[in-house]
Amino acid sequence: MSERCAVVGVGQTHHVKVRDDVSLAGLLREASIRALEDAELDWKDIDSVVIGTAPDSFEGVMMPELYLADALGASGKPIMRVHTAGSVGGSTAIVASHLIQSGVRERVLTVAFEKQSEGDTTWGLSGGRSGGVGAGGYFAPHIRAYIARSKAPEYVGWMVAVKDRLNALKNPYAHLRVEDISLEMVRDSPMVWEPVRRLESCPASDGACAMVLTNEKGGDAASKPPAWVHGTAMRSELGQFPGRDPVNPKGGQDCAADVYAQAGITNPREEIDAVECYVPFSWYEPMWMENLGFADLGKGWTLTEDGVTALDGDLPVNASGGVLSSNPIGASGMLRFAEAALQVRGLAGEHQVEDVRTALGHAYGGASQFFAMWILRAAKP
Amino acid sequence: MRDVAIVSFAQAPSLAAVDKTETQMLYPVITSAIERSGLGRKDIGFTCSGSADYLAGAPFAFVSNLEATGAWPPISESHVEMDGAFALYEAWVRLQHGDVDVALVFSSGVSSRGNLREILCLQNDPYYLMPLWADHVSLAALQARALLDAGLAKESDLSEVAARARRNGQANPNAQVSGDVTADELLSEPYLVAPLRPSDCPPVSDGAAAVILVAGERARDVCERPAWIRGIDHRVDPHYPGVRDLSTSASAALAAANAGVADAPIEVAELAAAFSHEELILRDALGLGDDVDVNPSGGALVANPMMVSGLIRIGEAFRQINEKGKQRTLGHATSGPCLQQNLVCVLEADS
Repeated sequence: MSERCAVVGVGQTHHVKVRDDVSLAGLLREASIRALEDAELDWKDIDSVVIGTAPDSFEGVMMPELYLADALGASGKPIMRVHTAGSVGGSTAIVASHLIQSGVRERVLTVAFEKQSEGDTTWGLSGGRSGGVGAGGYFAPHIRAYIARSKAPEYVGWMVAVKDRLNALKNPYAHLRVEDISLEMVRDSPMVWEPVRRLESCPASDGACAMVLTNEKGGDAASKPPAWVHGTAMRSELGQFPGRDPVNPKGGQDCAADVYAQAGITNPREEIDAVECYVPFSWYEPMWMENLGFADLGKGWTLTEDGVTALDGDLPVNASGGVLSSNPIGASGMLRFAEAALQVRGLAGEHQVEDVRTALGHAYGGASQFFAMWILRAAKP
Repeated sequence: MRDVAIVSFAQAPSLAAVDKTETQMLYPVITSAIERSGLGRKDIGFTCSGSADYLAGAPFAFVSNLEATGAWPPISESHVEMDGAFALYEAWVRLQHGDVDVALVFSSGVSSRGNLREILCLQNDPYYLMPLWADHVSLAALQARALLDAGLAKESDLSEVAARARRNGQANPNAQVSGDVTADELLSEPYLVAPLRPSDCPPVSDGAAAVILVAGERARDVCERPAWIRGIDHRVDPHYPGVRDLSTSASAALAAANAGVADAPIEVAELAAAFSHEELILRDALGLGDDVDVNPSGGALVANPMMVSGLIRIGEAFRQINEKGKQRTLGHATSGPCLQQNLVCVLEADS
């Protein structure tokens, strides 16, 4: 690898249910301009653009990079469009980082988005014509299997929901804000997909996230502290076949092992200070804690129960409020990557975790079969 | 930059309507590309594919294509919602890292599932252009008209391109249309969308292709005559047809300059010119003289599987080096209405 990669700019929109005051292009520009301002760079400084979003049918625009090229200042530049299902926001950031690390480009703008209000996402998630179950319906059996295996008490799911919703109150960009959230309120919220209750589920959001990535020269020149990329990894596995474990997918384990090895991490629980991981339904926090090697098999839920994953815990998970609080699907993975960057840069504001030197950004997609992860540090690799 | 070569290429015959699923169509193509490389599936360190959900009419259509790669144990993999040529670009970037040496690139497109002229309208700006239902053939006709109005070509020039494509297609077993025709014969056709006649337009095609890339010396170990990627670049123009001069292609010219097309003579160029006038615009933008053999395969005018056409062009440019003994060839891919986005890949043999 010929170049180091630094995250020097992060921008996002205020994620809400409906952004009918802006077009798709307007939404992406809002996040992009914030990222450029954070990086103290201008459109003309960018030499390549990489965008990502979930299926085109969510908004009804086929290959939107074509239409968005003008708004993203891409004319005369290369622009690419990544699509790896729910992990796409993470994969997009990784593709952008590879352009830097390969030495092919020097300053890349990467943007991920979803404007769910322009389409019918649950229709799309259900495979269009098949209609019906949505993501929650698909993942609920995996969650039930996890609970059966681990014998986790049912309040663990409620605890995750309360924690992430409290964190969201500290994040001005978070969509769902439930000021008086409590375990009782989560417990009493309607059952949507057994055992997932309404307040344990992510909202449908309009939103975009953007980052500016540069090479070492750009990272050194940045006036705000950059986040340095220490590892990136993607893994994909077949969605359906006997012997596959969708509760603790091998793809996720392999991806984590790869990204830790690149960053020289041998004990993730000790060496990682903050995690932004893709938790669209509360129970995915304990499930991913095990899959990512932060807890022994069947013990992920104890991290939640013991408050380890809380904002003031030993391993804060989703200090931003996570996907449970904001879910512009295509952008949700990039938000995890970007929030990890904010944490190591010390720029996360009210939801800043103390003294973060190393952070993990995580995204997954499809039938828990696509994974994207990166490790960021305040220090150079 | 690390030297990266194409060492094998396989494609499915382009068909008006394939009677298989996209995954079934891909499987033998991927298998064939791997077998021809002499490498095994375990040697592949990175996989990248290109396709578009909208062609299949199902969100996440690309997910089932993973089955054709046999993604178990889990693989390091990515996907672009673009032509496979852009997946090849991503794989080339990935191979620059130095930790993996072999990449599989593949793409597929089944256009027969829907009405392409309706579906491609959805590529247009959703607020201002899409409601006009300006389909890709009509937009191509606008560009052809701009070329004619600028005095840069005559209608007979378009028919010359179309006739040569059909004649070349006779030797291409993957071609969907071919024939020993003359420009005069084609000129007698009625317009489809003036000034374009049916022969100036591509067939609607289903197809798939796969390429194996190998970095460094290992490419010479597995392939007798690898085609080295000497330069590769892609650029995009503004989306609105009214913003740019349609009689030329600024993005193609820029990509060609960055890929070093002019550094040495190109012997064969495979251009993803789906409409006859596009070949004329691209020849000019890429700086290809009359001595360059353009689209000996017949090009996209005789087989045009969406999302695959560009990767096939690069594959055909590889074959010119690998099988036909050429030294320096060019593969081109495009995306969007009126050649909005262009990718240029220059391949060279060992000298």
